[in-house]
Amino acid sequence: MTMESENVPALADADAIEARAANWLQRRQFWNWSQDDQADLDRWLTESPVHLVTFLRLEAAWNRTERLVALGAANAERAEAVPRNPFRSLFVRAAAGLAVIAALGVAAGFFLKPQDRTFATPVGGHETVSFADGTRIELDTNTVIRTRMTTEQRVVWLEKGDAYFRVKHDGAHPFMVIVGNRRVTDLGTEFLVSRRPKNFEVAVMKGRVWLEAADKQAPSQSALLLPGDVAVANAQSVSVTKKPLQSLTSALAWRRGLLVFDHTTLADAAVQFNRYNSEKLEIGDPAVASLTIDGSFQANNLELFARVIRRAFGLRVETQGDRTIISR
Amino acid sequence: MSAADVNAWFVREVLPLEPILMTYLRHHWPNKGDIEDLRQEIYARVHVAAQKKIPQPVKPFVFTVARNLLINRARQERVVPIEAVADLEALGIAIDAPAPDRTIIARDELRRLQDALDQLPPRCREAVILGRIEGLTGREIAARMNVGTATVSEHLENGMRLLANLLYGEAPDSGKPK
Repeated sequence: MTMESENVPALADADAIEARAANWLQRRQFWNWSQDDQADLDRWLTESPVHLVTFLRLEAAWNRTERLVALGAANAERAEAVPRNPFRSLFVRAAAGLAVIAALGVAAGFFLKPQDRTFATPVGGHETVSFADGTRIELDTNTVIRTRMTTEQRVVWLEKGDAYFRVKHDGAHPFMVIVGNRRVTDLGTEFLVSRRPKNFEVAVMKGRVWLEAADKQAPSQSALLLPGDVAVANAQSVSVTKKPLQSLTSALAWRRGLLVFDHTTLADAAVQFNRYNSEKLEIGDPAVASLTIDGSFQANNLELFARVIRRAFGLRVETQGDRTIISR
Repeated sequence: MSAADVNAWFVREVLPLEPILMTYLRHHWPNKGDIEDLRQEIYARVHVAAQKKIPQPVKPFVFTVARNLLINRARQERVVPIEAVADLEALGIAIDAPAPDRTIIARDELRRLQDALDQLPPRCREAVILGRIEGLTGREIAARMNVGTATVSEHLENGMRLLANLLYGEAPDSGKPK
């Protein structure tokens, strides 16, 4: 069938542009600012209306804080009193509305132990967790991570599932992901880590990561991974292959709520859908299972997928409770 | 209308719509990871249009831009379903949700600013307070906090971004964590 997935022209990367805009703004406000700097900024602002509106937004918010000068005395005292507690968590509520966890205010700072926090998505879930250091972690369906983000260390344990990391690199505070007995260390990066029952996979989109043993029991083999590299590791060994970034992008379509199939058999497609849905898709017949399909589908819309293949292949679709059975 | 006038108009009329715009985007777009990209793209389109002629009234215009962008994206991404696109159109837009009342904003502004400041991570807040309220330069902040200048820049950048989200992104009563 022909429902070719198509290259979508990417929107400008909001995150990178906003970081740049904030960089201009604080340089202008707090550091030496020359006419050349101003000319550079003016040029950047005219490059794209997205640059301009992003800068205007940050600048307007910053200008509003001028009124805080009225509250100066009280805050100045507080600034002196800010404890240098390394265990104070850096987590801030994601503006995009991860409504959960923000509640543990100052009180938590009293306990002298690291503030580990756990984030989990249900089957079909997809959440982005943002941290104060600028790092973002996107969790795919049925995923659990534990985080220890303090001013001293940045560690994430991937307990299960898939997570896409966009790390704000900080050489002084390396960002590490621990999967079983192995450790992935960011060297300035975006990467995906997928944990399966028997192995895990690291795919690098940007930058570099370092993969090594996290404890003495693990084999000491280590690897530097570059964009396009996909490492598959089990308890004993690591193998690295190179894939075109394009195919990695398809594998990451879940970040957009999609499953992308490229000559994928219905059997494999069903496995994919079943990772995202509590209702299960079953293929009742080997001849049907080997049919192949192309296209992009909403991961959480099993019904639509079933309807499409029913029409496209003239198959029979039956629903029994929470099972959808496809046969001839 | 000069460029500066358009910028001032954008800050005065468009940015205060951000809480309802974000609610709208979260409600109508499945992938939360795209929301901020979409917001920026909508702002850019609104600003470009305003350079020719200031749209009047502003709110329906912003939401029309938002809706058209979502429909185009849904088509481009072949989220397969023509159905989904149709749904999107059928859903319409709750643009009659009232914008935050300006007088309330004015009265609560200081409290809101203080709340936003309180929500910054400690070291970041410290840098912002030293810079904004005590009026120190970057170098002075670095000396006072006993960190490098690059670290100060990073705290200030994060602070500026978080403040923008806290001041524009969230409705005044969106339940600040206590």
